[in-house]
Amino acid sequence: MILDDADKQMLAGKFGNAAKKSMEILVALGKIYWAERLAPVTSVQVAGVSYDNLGDAGLEYLQELAKDGKVRVLTTLNPAGMDLENYRALGIGEEFAQKQAKVIGAFSKMGIIPSCTCTPYFIGNKPKGGEHIAWSESSAVCYANSVLGARTNREGGPSALAAAICGKTPLYGMHLEENRQAKVMVKVEGEISGTEMFGALGKAVGERIGNKIPLITGIKSASVEELKSLCASIATYGGTSMFHMHGVTPNKTEVPKQEIAIGKKDIDAALSSMNDEGQPDLVALGCPHLSMQEVEKIALMLKGKKVKIETWLCISRQVKEEAQKRGLAQEIEKSGAKFAADTCMVVAPIKGRFECVASDSAKSCYYCRAKNKFRTKVGSIEKCIGCAISGKWD
Amino acid sequence: MEIFKGREIFAGKASGELLFSSMPISFYGGVDATSGIVVEKGHPLEGKCMAGKVLAFPNGKGSTVGSYVLYRLKKAGKAPAGIINLEAETIVAVGAIISEIPMMDKVEFEKLEKLDGKKVRMDASGGKLEI
Repeated sequence: MILDDADKQMLAGKFGNAAKKSMEILVALGKIYWAERLAPVTSVQVAGVSYDNLGDAGLEYLQELAKDGKVRVLTTLNPAGMDLENYRALGIGEEFAQKQAKVIGAFSKMGIIPSCTCTPYFIGNKPKGGEHIAWSESSAVCYANSVLGARTNREGGPSALAAAICGKTPLYGMHLEENRQAKVMVKVEGEISGTEMFGALGKAVGERIGNKIPLITGIKSASVEELKSLCASIATYGGTSMFHMHGVTPNKTEVPKQEIAIGKKDIDAALSSMNDEGQPDLVALGCPHLSMQEVEKIALMLKGKKVKIETWLCISRQVKEEAQKRGLAQEIEKSGAKFAADTCMVVAPIKGRFECVASDSAKSCYYCRAKNKFRTKVGSIEKCIGCAISGKWD
Repeated sequence: MEIFKGREIFAGKASGELLFSSMPISFYGGVDATSGIVVEKGHPLEGKCMAGKVLAFPNGKGSTVGSYVLYRLKKAGKAPAGIINLEAETIVAVGAIISEIPMMDKVEFEKLEKLDGKKVRMDASGGKLEI
């Protein structure tokens, strides 16, 4: 791999220990994947923020890096294990809260914006088409590649952090045009609308094609929220970090020879596979984090109502604050529903606290089951909020 | 003495008993970070401890948080002494680098199976494994 003078100096330790360690990571990855060189990045999204996942050793690594490490580009964070301000209302213990605060402290010391959201594109970290970036968080990676047209591999937390500190990433995989071509055509038959149906579509497609890049046809239009839901589930159930959607997404692709069809019965099967028996004891929306438009919709539904079931709205702090300015957050909180800003039902340490979680998100269903052994229900946002108010799913 | 050649991922020397797995390992969720014991149900190494061993497996799988699990193992004194992969990928390679565990890949992997439990010495810097 070709390194320029600045790369070599970082590797030799001239920019400090954090830059040295980070450059070692980038060079090793470059070598493993036969990258020709490192490319400058314009944006980084770092995962591995929840103390639940990091543990003390992860925290120690971050504190070690923060001694002399500073990021060189715009860098935001994935959700943390708790709402950084409102954690008591969500039942998070003090010891966990202190450790989580230390994690955020180490990231902030490095110059990272402590935003804690899986939707950085809603809060100003929104790269343009063609830019090289280094993002972790599988749904955001898929959104950046597919919807924004930026270029990123699916980084891990430490490799994204290394890219932020060095301002570079090895040029391989999804950074190269030849690896961004569709390998299978997915013909969608029938009407698909709503975040829960786009989530189900992602599950149905992901389980059929794995990590191949699909060219999806047959969908006339898709909202930002529907695309966000699709990105989350197709990456979770299949592992792909990109898709093309004819008439919707901006990237060019060859037309693949292999072809599959996804019909209404596949979508219905995907939905019913995520609907377990029983009644929910948590309604959790915002996987990935809610957009302003979704908050507006939820506020309208909750106006003047009370929720009978614990209800969490997972959201970035920035969008929550915007909702506060507009009086929507107060409306929502009056109903008894709670904001879970900076965090979500997937990364918060809630194992054992609930039995059945209702959401509009196929990704949430996957992790609620795998990580926390919860049963799940999936339906539209309207259905979920209706259930929160009535106390009954059906 | 048998000698295998491979590619250096993270430089350094290690020696210990070879612990071989024909299946990929998910460090996040699949390995207990405090004991170094594989806990994934049905995994060929289920119940086995990797501490101090030269661990050979095809590649990592699962969440990228796995890199930090290797770091936690190292801090707990339960990390493998060295790592040999068929094909290195991001999770394990980054974990090895931040934990400073010698690592190599691209050895004649299938031949390692019958050497399970044998004492081996690896020098990742030269991409060399001695039995």
